[in-house]
Amino acid sequence: MAASVKDQVVAIIAEQAVLEVSDISMDASLEDLGIDSLGLVESIFAIEEAFDISVPFNANDPTDSAFDVSSVASVIAAVEGLVAEQKG
Amino acid sequence: MRRVVITGQGTINALASSAQGTFEAFREGRCGIGPLDIRDVDRLAIQIGGQVHDFDPQSEFNRQEIALYDRFTQFTLHAAREAIAQAGLVFQGELAAQSGVILGTSGGGLNTQDENYRAVYEEGKNRVHPFVVPKLMNNAAASHVSMNYNLKGPSFTVATACASSNHAMGQAFNFIRSGMAKVMVTGGSESMLCFGGVKAWEGLRVMSKDACRPFCANRNGMVQGEGAAVFVMEDYEFAKARGAEILAEVVGFAMTSDASDIVMPSRQGAARAIAGAMKDAKVDPSEVGYINAHGTGTTANDKTECAAVSDAFGAHADTLMISSTKSMHGHVIGGTGAIELLACIMALKDGVIAPTIGYEEPDPECALDVVPNEAREATVDVVLSNAFAFGGLNAVLALRRV
Repeated sequence: MAASVKDQVVAIIAEQAVLEVSDISMDASLEDLGIDSLGLVESIFAIEEAFDISVPFNANDPTDSAFDVSSVASVIAAVEGLVAEQKG
Repeated sequence: MRRVVITGQGTINALASSAQGTFEAFREGRCGIGPLDIRDVDRLAIQIGGQVHDFDPQSEFNRQEIALYDRFTQFTLHAAREAIAQAGLVFQGELAAQSGVILGTSGGGLNTQDENYRAVYEEGKNRVHPFVVPKLMNNAAASHVSMNYNLKGPSFTVATACASSNHAMGQAFNFIRSGMAKVMVTGGSESMLCFGGVKAWEGLRVMSKDACRPFCANRNGMVQGEGAAVFVMEDYEFAKARGAEILAEVVGFAMTSDASDIVMPSRQGAARAIAGAMKDAKVDPSEVGYINAHGTGTTANDKTECAAVSDAFGAHADTLMISSTKSMHGHVIGGTGAIELLACIMALKDGVIAPTIGYEEPDPECALDVVPNEAREATVDVVLSNAFAFGGLNAVLALRRV
C-alpha cells in the first residue's frame, strides 16, 4: 500500500514537472524539479483528488503548513500520513 | 488639459452603507470581517468574509427592479444614489450628453450565475428566469446607473480583476481631463460572496481562515469582501462655476502590465505604476504623504508592494504612511479600489489616516509605516491609491487636497 502512495505521488509530481518518473529523486525539492508556486498548488489538488483526502496547505506560508513540501520524500511521507489518518 | 475634481461619493460595504459611516469605521479601526452567512457555507473551508449584512433590497427597489438587479448592481445603485445626491447634479440636455459612467467589476452578476447554475445542474430544472443574461452581464450596473440618471455619454465596464475599479476611475479621470466628458460617474462593485465565488478562491490556497492582517509577520492570506463605491468626477471649472463642494482633486493616473506571471506580482511592474502616477500628476515623491496600499494580506503581495514603494520613493518611503483598509472591509476584488479611494479622500479632506488593523508583529520585509491598528491625524497634500491585479495589471491613482 505504501509503495502505491509513493508511485502515485511521484507520477503526479513528474507530470507537473514535465519529467520522466525515473528522473524524480527522493531528496529533490519541488523547486529543484522546476515546480513553481502555481505548480505546487496544482500538485496538491491532484494529490487530494487521487487519494480523496484533504491536504492542509496555505500557499502564503508553505513552510508553516502541516504539510511538509520540502522534498519529494517529505511530500510522500505527508501523504501517507494523511491517507492513514483520513482513510484508515 | 482640464483639472478633474471629485464632488460626490457613495458606498455600501461591510463597514457601513454610506460614506460617512465608512469614515467613522475607518477612524475607529472597526473590523467588518466575520462569519459568512451564505447558502452551503458548511461545505466551504473558508467561512469568513467582509459581508454586507444590513442591506434590504426591498426597501430600496421595487419588484420589477429587483428582478433585473443582481446584488452587484444593487450595491452600485445604492452607492450611486448617495454620490449623485451629494454632487447635486441633474443630468439633462447637453450635460447629459457630455456625462457618462465607467465602473469596475470582476465577477459581475456572480450571484445570478451561481443561483441559476444551481437550478439547472443541481436541481435539474430545465427553465431559467428570462432576465438571467441582462442580470449577470458585467456591464449591467453601469447601464442601470446610466438609465437611472440619464447619463448619455461614454459608458462602459472595466474588468481587470482586483484593479478593475482603479482602471475604471483612471479612464473616467482621463475622459474629463481630455475634454471628452464633463462629468463622469465612476467606481466599482463586487458581490462574490456566494458558494461558487468563495469556493473558487479557496482553490488557490491563498485565503486566510481567521483574519486579514496586511504587512504583519504572521499574516496568512486574504479575506474576501463585497460592496461598492461610486464617485462623481467633474471638470474643475464646471464644479467651481456651479459652486459644488470639492472633496479632492484627481491629479494623476498610471497603468502598467508586468507581462510576467498570471498570479505572482512584480516589484518592477508595481514600482513603474507608482512612479508613473506621480509623473503624470507632476508631483515630486516627497509630496506624497499617504498611500492606500493594495495590501491584500498575502505573503507575496505585501512584501512585493513594500519593495516597490521603496523603489519608487527611495528614502521618502520611510517617511510616508501606507495602510491597507482591506483589514477592515476585506478584499472587494473588482470594487476594492473604489472603496479604498474613500480612505484617500478622508486623508486629504479630514486629515485622518485609516489604519491597518489586526496588526500584531512587524515583518522586516514590510518595514514601512503601515499605520498599525489606530487611525492617525495628519495633514497630507498628495495621496496615492494602489491596485495590482492578477494577470499583472497595475493601476495607481494620485489625488491632491483642494
